[in-house]
Amino acid sequence: MSAVELRGLGRAYGERVVLRDVSATVEAGRTLVVFGPNGAGKSTLLRILATLLRPHAGTAGVFGHDVARDGWRVRPEVGFLGHDPLLYRDLTPRENLTYLARLYGQGPDRVEELLDGVGMAERAGEPLRTLSRGMVQRVAIARTVLHRPRLLLLDEPFASLDPAAAARVKPLLGEGTRVLTSHDPERDLPAADAVLGLRGGRAELAAPAADVSAADVRGLYG
Amino acid sequence: MRVAAAVLRKDLRLELRTREAVPAMALFALTTFVIFHFGLDRRSLEGELAAGVLWVTLLFAAMLGVNRLFVAEREQGGFDAFLLAPVDRTAMFVAKAAALFAYLCAVELVAVPAFVVLLLGPAPGPAFPELLAVLLLANAGVAAVGTLAGALAIQTRARDLIAPLVALPLLVPVVIASTRATAPLLAEPAGSLPAKWPAILGLYDVVFALLAYAVFDYLLED
Repeated sequence: MSAVELRGLGRAYGERVVLRDVSATVEAGRTLVVFGPNGAGKSTLLRILATLLRPHAGTAGVFGHDVARDGWRVRPEVGFLGHDPLLYRDLTPRENLTYLARLYGQGPDRVEELLDGVGMAERAGEPLRTLSRGMVQRVAIARTVLHRPRLLLLDEPFASLDPAAAARVKPLLGEGTRVLTSHDPERDLPAADAVLGLRGGRAELAAPAADVSAADVRGLYG
Repeated sequence: MRVAAAVLRKDLRLELRTREAVPAMALFALTTFVIFHFGLDRRSLEGELAAGVLWVTLLFAAMLGVNRLFVAEREQGGFDAFLLAPVDRTAMFVAKAAALFAYLCAVELVAVPAFVVLLLGPAPGPAFPELLAVLLLANAGVAAVGTLAGALAIQTRARDLIAPLVALPLLVPVVIASTRATAPLLAEPAGSLPAKWPAILGLYDVVFALLAYAVFDYLLED
């Protein structure tokens, strides 16, 4: 059983088609890196896998469960990190994570462990709106892995992180199966087991990472 | 219930911190009573007119709370964070309705005494327990319908317009029943609470709470 299986996946927003006939497979424990210019459909793909959007064509499966039909089985398995942190600005990092931990049935120990893990223990009592973008991203990463998901869906996870912060959170995002979007082949190709290149919603590149060069990826942006 | 309690606790914490809903609702009610005080050009009100002024004011004040109920969820990603969690989605309805109920009770703690001082002729002392019962029954109905309307409106761009347009027609029975139930209590001399109207309010609460509970899940779907 594959961790992720996409078959002829399609999605539109009104008249605008953002994904057409995308197929890919990710085996458990592997990393699929999705490259593509802005508007290529990368974020939409992740939101479908996270059960936040329904596919309009084709199917998407996570650990054998269809995301549209069996969303309630998929959700505990998935950690989603998008462009928005999905955190309340007027709550502190600790309050945000404690609230979400209750939704996931996790205890306060897990919250403290993650605050320490992302290096936010000292600022955990300050409202999120007073923190820098990079700090908020670190809290969002803690949110993503709060329930120890088997599949991580990461939309440019290191954006707005300084090198030290990126190195600190990397171990948290390095386990399990990953679908990662990126614009940086030099940084993320070495971490990939497979590559999916999207342009205009179509899969223009789908190959094992060993067969893909940085120049191939850059060709998607031409 | 664990999840609903977590969402409710978070909502009350956010309201205590930001004070976006309850102070605005209370201020609106007080201002409206002052306008009625001068606009009606009467030294005091009683009976049906007093009950009508009280309930129409409370209903419009409630609309301010309805409009604010889902703003943080929409603007700060709370909906997505909640939808990603493997929880029963109707827990959000229960929590939001409970939060709105609490806001209404808090507003009435200020608004009803202000109404008595500014507008009411007869002292409501002996009828206070019956008035309290009607207030609680009406609040439950407003909370159920208001939460449903708020969830519907927040998906649209004109949410401040849509919420009252949806909620107010549905709340006409609450105004009728509450006014008829309250009028004898605010008369000189005070009458007794007619059993029929509280019963209608109770029935309305049960029907709309069940209806809202049944359809709320679909409002959150993509």
